[in-house]
This record gives sequence, C-alpha cells and structure tokens, in this order.
Amino acid sequence: MATAFKIAAKDNVATMLESSRPQEIQLRGEALQEEFLNLIESIELGHKIALQAIAPGEKIIKYGVAIGLASQPIQRGEWVHLHNCQSQLDERSSTLDLHTGLPGDTRYE
Amino acid sequence: MSDVWPGYLRSDGRKGIRNLILVIYTVECAGFVAHQIGAGDDDVHVIGFPGCYDNQYAVRMMLALGKHPNVGAVLSVGLGCEYTQPKRIADVVRESGRPAEWFYIQEHGGTTASIEHGRSLTASLRERLRTQTQIVEMTWSDLIVGAECGGSDGTSGLAGNPVVGAFFDLLVDRGGTAVFEEIVEMIGLKPILKQRAATPEASAALERTYDKAERYCREVRQYSISPGNFAGGLTTIEEKSMGAFAKSGTKPIQGVVQVSEPLSAKGLWLLDSVPDAFFMQFGYTNPNDTEGIMDLIAAGAQIVLFVTGRGSVIGSPISPLVKVTGNARTFARMREDMDFDASRVLTNEVSLKQAAEELAKLITAIAAGMPSKPEALKHREYFLMYKYQDTPSLEAGCHA
Repeated sequence: MATAFKIAAKDNVATMLESSRPQEIQLRGEALQEEFLNLIESIELGHKIALQAIAPGEKIIKYGVAIGLASQPIQRGEWVHLHNCQSQLDERSSTLDLHTGLPGDTRYE
Repeated sequence: MSDVWPGYLRSDGRKGIRNLILVIYTVECAGFVAHQIGAGDDDVHVIGFPGCYDNQYAVRMMLALGKHPNVGAVLSVGLGCEYTQPKRIADVVRESGRPAEWFYIQEHGGTTASIEHGRSLTASLRERLRTQTQIVEMTWSDLIVGAECGGSDGTSGLAGNPVVGAFFDLLVDRGGTAVFEEIVEMIGLKPILKQRAATPEASAALERTYDKAERYCREVRQYSISPGNFAGGLTTIEEKSMGAFAKSGTKPIQGVVQVSEPLSAKGLWLLDSVPDAFFMQFGYTNPNDTEGIMDLIAAGAQIVLFVTGRGSVIGSPISPLVKVTGNARTFARMREDMDFDASRVLTNEVSLKQAAEELAKLITAIAAGMPSKPEALKHREYFLMYKYQDTPSLEAGCHA
C-alpha cells in the first residue's frame, strides 16, 4: 500500500512517499489522527495530498505553518500543488508549468 | 556511549578534534605549488584565495580558518606580487599561539624548489605539533557543529533536516553549540524566526538579517527554488524554506553571527552569509554548497553535518563533513559517501529522537578520530570568494 507522511498535528496536507494511482493509502508520522485516506487522483512521490477539504483563501498547512493559500476549492484526497496553492511571497511560482515547474514567461527569441 | 574523547587544546582555550597543518595560498598563481606541498600527507590540508586583488571578507576568512581549533600550524604561501600578504597571515596565526611559516615562491626559485622548501617547512611544523600539542579531555560543551543542506529532494525536509534538527536540540541540551545558515532558504518565515529568538536583541538581529536576505533575493530577482524543486513536489518558497529551517531544531536562537566572526556563547546560532548591500551584487543567492560549508567552518565548527537527499560527493578541509540522507535509495546507491541513513524515520522504523541519538553516537566517534566518509575518501573541497560584509564605504579608495 502506498504511504504518505504527515509532519505536524495541525497539517492539512501530507507528502507522498511513493507515487500512487487513485486508491486508499496509509498515513505515517508521529502526529496522526487517522491512518487511511482515499486518493481521488494520481499523485507523484514527494507531492502533497489534502487531508481535508480546504476553501479558497484558506491556509495550506505543512510543518504546522502556512506554506501558501488555497487558490481553488480543494477536496480531501486531492493533489495540492501550483494549480490550487499560491505562495504569499512569490507570484511567479503560480505561473510555472504544473508538471515540470518550468517557466513560460522567459522569451527565447 | 562515551561522552568524553581526546581533543587538542589551543592557547585560546578552544579544543580541536584534529591536529592539522593548514597550507594557505594567497593567489591562484600559488595554488599548484600549495597543493603539491600538501600532496600525500593526510595531516596537511590546503585552502586559498584565487584573487590577486585582495578582499577584506576573504582575508578575515583565511585568518579565521588559520586559527580554527582543528588547525595546529599554518604555512602561508604567496607568489610574490599579489595584494594579500602571506607574512601577515602567518603573523596573526603565530599571535594565536600556533607555529606558522610563510614564503614567496618568487624568492625561492621555480615550482620544484618551492615545493621542496614548503615540504621541509611542513615537516618541521609537524615535528613541533608532535612534541608541543597538549592533549586534553573534550566533551559536548567543547563542540561546535554546523549544518548545511544541498542536493535536496522531498526527503530532506521530511527526514534529513528534521533528524539534524533533533540532533541540534540534543547538542544544545548537552551544553554544546550548533550553527546553521542558508537564511535565503528561510524566506517567508520571518514571524517564525522571530518567535525562536532567545532575547529581544536576538529577535532584532534575526529581523535585520531576514530583511537583508529578502532584499538581496529581490535585487538579484531570485528566490532559492528551482524547476526541479517544483517538479519534485515543492509548491512554494515557504514550503521549501520550512524544510530547510527544520535542521535548526526547536531551541531558542541566541543571535546572528557574520562570516568569520567567532561565536560568543553556547547554544544555537544563525550564521549570516548574505552579502551586505554593495555595488557589486552577484546574480545568485547561494553560489554552491561548499561556500556555505566553509562559512560554517570559519565560525569554528569542528564538524559539519551535510544533508543531501539526492546525494552529493563533496567533502571539506579542516573539519570533517558528515553526510546525512533521508533517501533510502541514495544511501544504498552512494553508501561509500553517506555517513547516516535518516530515511528510517519515514518508515516509522525509528523515531526522530532515536535517530538523533544514533547520529550523536556517530558524531562522538568522529570527534574521537574516526574519519567521516568524505574525510576517508580525501575529499577536501573549498571555496573562498570575493564578498562584501562589513566593508568600508565606496568613498574610501577608488576615485574616478
């Protein structure tokens, strides 16, 4: 069974320890309130999964602190990344390619 | 577990875990000769500064490294026409109670004659160290440990850095000193940094240092995060910052030191390696991992922990580098280079606290003389650069 790691008790996201298709996965860490969770889409190793529904403008919490704000409604079990989580400092990161992280705003001409 | 090991007492009261001869060259032109002088001798390490025009920051760093607790003696080698003065370096090292020698290559003939002269000087320095160094008991309160990360992946913020942070907590509890840097990887964490301050003075220093780093990132138009970080699952600079900051542990931060400044008290410290505002702003935030490691060694760290998820094959002169990885595959694939497998906290095999205790045990063995993996492989990478910190105003010196 694929696993994801939750760091702090307050976190509303966990980090995938393996890539997984949509299925039930197991949570790990020293601050767990629950043990299992359903992925509703495929998520890659190292990426984040929402542990609860998060409304636009709400904080995305990892390490017990806000690492960004939700820019879209997020469901429990959904992938959390550039498309639905916005940095509070770095505007450019939300414009990067969702899968490669590459910028589209640099001109090569 | 033994909490006492033998150390080398220096006249300033600090204790080293190695008793090395450091060859310092004062311009790139003397670099080859300097390395040949040290070649084949495990107790001779080499550092140097490439520029012919001198730089106050680099000179401070060479002096701090020459007086490092792991260094017992210094040989300073110049070509003979550069700005930086090897004699002045040897003088300062001698004032610290260590034997020191110096010479100019141009005054000793060519390559071969200079190497032979240098080797005869290191041989006599070795003899003086052998007969004169005082060996004493050393314990946690005599130890300064630095932490750096590089070649990071998703495991660094989950396992590698948190294990180092848990070890830092333990080190501070045992009366030791811990120092971390990479303030540019703490962008977004200003309130969290300030909450960790031990005193109002420390809080003000952390705020100043943070603001300088953020201004620097804006001026060079760069946060310390790359496409590979995003592809690997990091979504924001704040998230990357928290992963890097995890290596500081949870103890109060006593204050901020600049590069080459000695630590004035025990406990946890932040090292500020960001250049001060100056007309020459280079377009990077952290030039490479080795630069940060050298900054930590210049702060007096006798051992530096290096967290790498993807794997790295660097080492360091003067102070053993100890490599920690949170990635089980990296540990297996690069076993020869990796000192500690922190990935077991991700599988719930060990708790953070247990992993930190294991790391502490490894640190005492290395402090007692066991070579770290990069040390055994004879990795001695170093990097001294032009930088401006605490530098006189532009009006002093050049006029158009």
